[in-house]
Amino acid sequence: MRRSRFLGGCLIAAYGFLYGPIALLVLTSFNDSRLTTVWTGFSPRWFIALAGNDALIDAALLSLRIAALAATGATVIGGLAGVALARLGRFRGRGLFAGLLAAPLVLPDLLIGLALLLLFVATQQVVGFPERGAGTIVVAHVTASLAYVAVVVEARLAGGGEVLEQAAMDLGATPLVAFRRVTLPLLAPALVSGWLLAFTLSLDDVVIASLVSGPGASTLPMVVFSSLRLGATPELNALATAILAVTAAGLLLAWFVQRRRFGAGR
Amino acid sequence: MRGTVLGPVWAWLLAFVGLPAIVLAVIALAQPADGVPPYELGAGFDDLATVFTDPYYRDAFLASLRVSAICSALCLLIGYPMALAIARSAPARRPLLLLLVMLPFWTGFLLRVAAWVGLLRDDGWINAALLALGVIDAPLPLLHTDGAMIVGIVYAYLPFMVLPLEARLARADPALEQAAADLGAPPWRVFLRVTWPLSLPGVAAGLVLVFVPVMGEYVIPELLGGPGSMTMGRVIWTELFDNHDWPMAASLALVLTGLLLLPALALRAAPPNRA
Repeated sequence: MRRSRFLGGCLIAAYGFLYGPIALLVLTSFNDSRLTTVWTGFSPRWFIALAGNDALIDAALLSLRIAALAATGATVIGGLAGVALARLGRFRGRGLFAGLLAAPLVLPDLLIGLALLLLFVATQQVVGFPERGAGTIVVAHVTASLAYVAVVVEARLAGGGEVLEQAAMDLGATPLVAFRRVTLPLLAPALVSGWLLAFTLSLDDVVIASLVSGPGASTLPMVVFSSLRLGATPELNALATAILAVTAAGLLLAWFVQRRRFGAGR
Repeated sequence: MRGTVLGPVWAWLLAFVGLPAIVLAVIALAQPADGVPPYELGAGFDDLATVFTDPYYRDAFLASLRVSAICSALCLLIGYPMALAIARSAPARRPLLLLLVMLPFWTGFLLRVAAWVGLLRDDGWINAALLALGVIDAPLPLLHTDGAMIVGIVYAYLPFMVLPLEARLARADPALEQAAADLGAPPWRVFLRVTWPLSLPGVAAGLVLVFVPVMGEYVIPELLGGPGSMTMGRVIWTELFDNHDWPMAASLALVLTGLLLLPALALRAAPPNRA
């Protein structure tokens, strides 16, 4: 009993550590004063300034486009990789395959971004392609996040389903039909969460994008990072609050949909 | 069927993971030059040797090792009780508690760092509170110090420690602890002889998940650290963008990659389901 009270205290303190800074940031974003800790009144002025900041809005739109493309690419390639690991057994070169797949998962972003930058520069020199920009960011983000999708998909397939595929094929389905009609529906939740994970990783990345991007393309994190280097601004607090609101709304929606689906199932 | 599954993945992995690794090694051996791109191919091992001999790079390595070690230890210290408390909580409440650990992920990494800038700077929350309480007369220089960098890193990486630990602790059979207690072991002994050993694979996973990325961390040392907090991430960045010495940056990255893949391989070689 005493121990659980100790643990409960630790838990509350840890959540305080995790959420305290965010709470203060949200509070600051509504402060009329430019000074962080001098409260001069409640005001939405930083949100209005944010809405009028075209550079930030353009960067946010670019980030969303890059993240959607990168997440889709990572879901296709990472999904295939997960299927290969779970279903193809000991295929030739499996060790190298798993190693290459896991390398971007374990290595820091800086190393992934640097190696890809050097690759893009070298190929541009040799074959005149690719021009660095949004396209190279998408390729780099697919590379960095496909292993996450593969892990989720592999875990889902390892949880069973092979019997169902066998049954479908025994009943006369070709492997392709069995895959489309049995495996794919089975995989759907893993693919959705893999896509969302890759999407979030892409939206949140500043290091890889800064390294592989060209002069034309600045993502939202790149713009935020360069202004943070000059010091935090109230506009950035407003941006954080806005992102938090969108995330919270999304989570609430997901929770609501899931509850309704569970309710319908019963 | 096999080919359709494996083909695209092999192509992608070889082109964007295998090939970049080879290019990195080739450029590490090249010589810096004025031009675009700023290197001339060759086989010089000077830069790779410099990584180990030049005190500037050696200190950066040591600084990164120290920061990674301190931050993983602090994450373990804060994360273990947290993971244990979540693993022991009522099954109905567990998903919510875990969601609360993951939620800060979705607020944006940079904006979480920005929150600490707001807390630590001269006119920030901590200094304002201390001034108001009369503890200090002039603002303490908190931002742009090693301490600020470490707090920021622990803050950003804590979930990477809690999640694998919690998963491991939740899987352990509570009957084992019950049995130890019934046989007369005091709580601290139950922890040391049962709970802790059973959780070791989770501890190892959490330590690697914090230690490895922090070794290459660039953003937090740059934004919260001081001019003296030259970690590997910052040194590589400086070589690349300020000194335009790409072979040096590639050499540093190559050595760092080698260093980091060792513990990862060790973790993979270790039997994952020993308990």
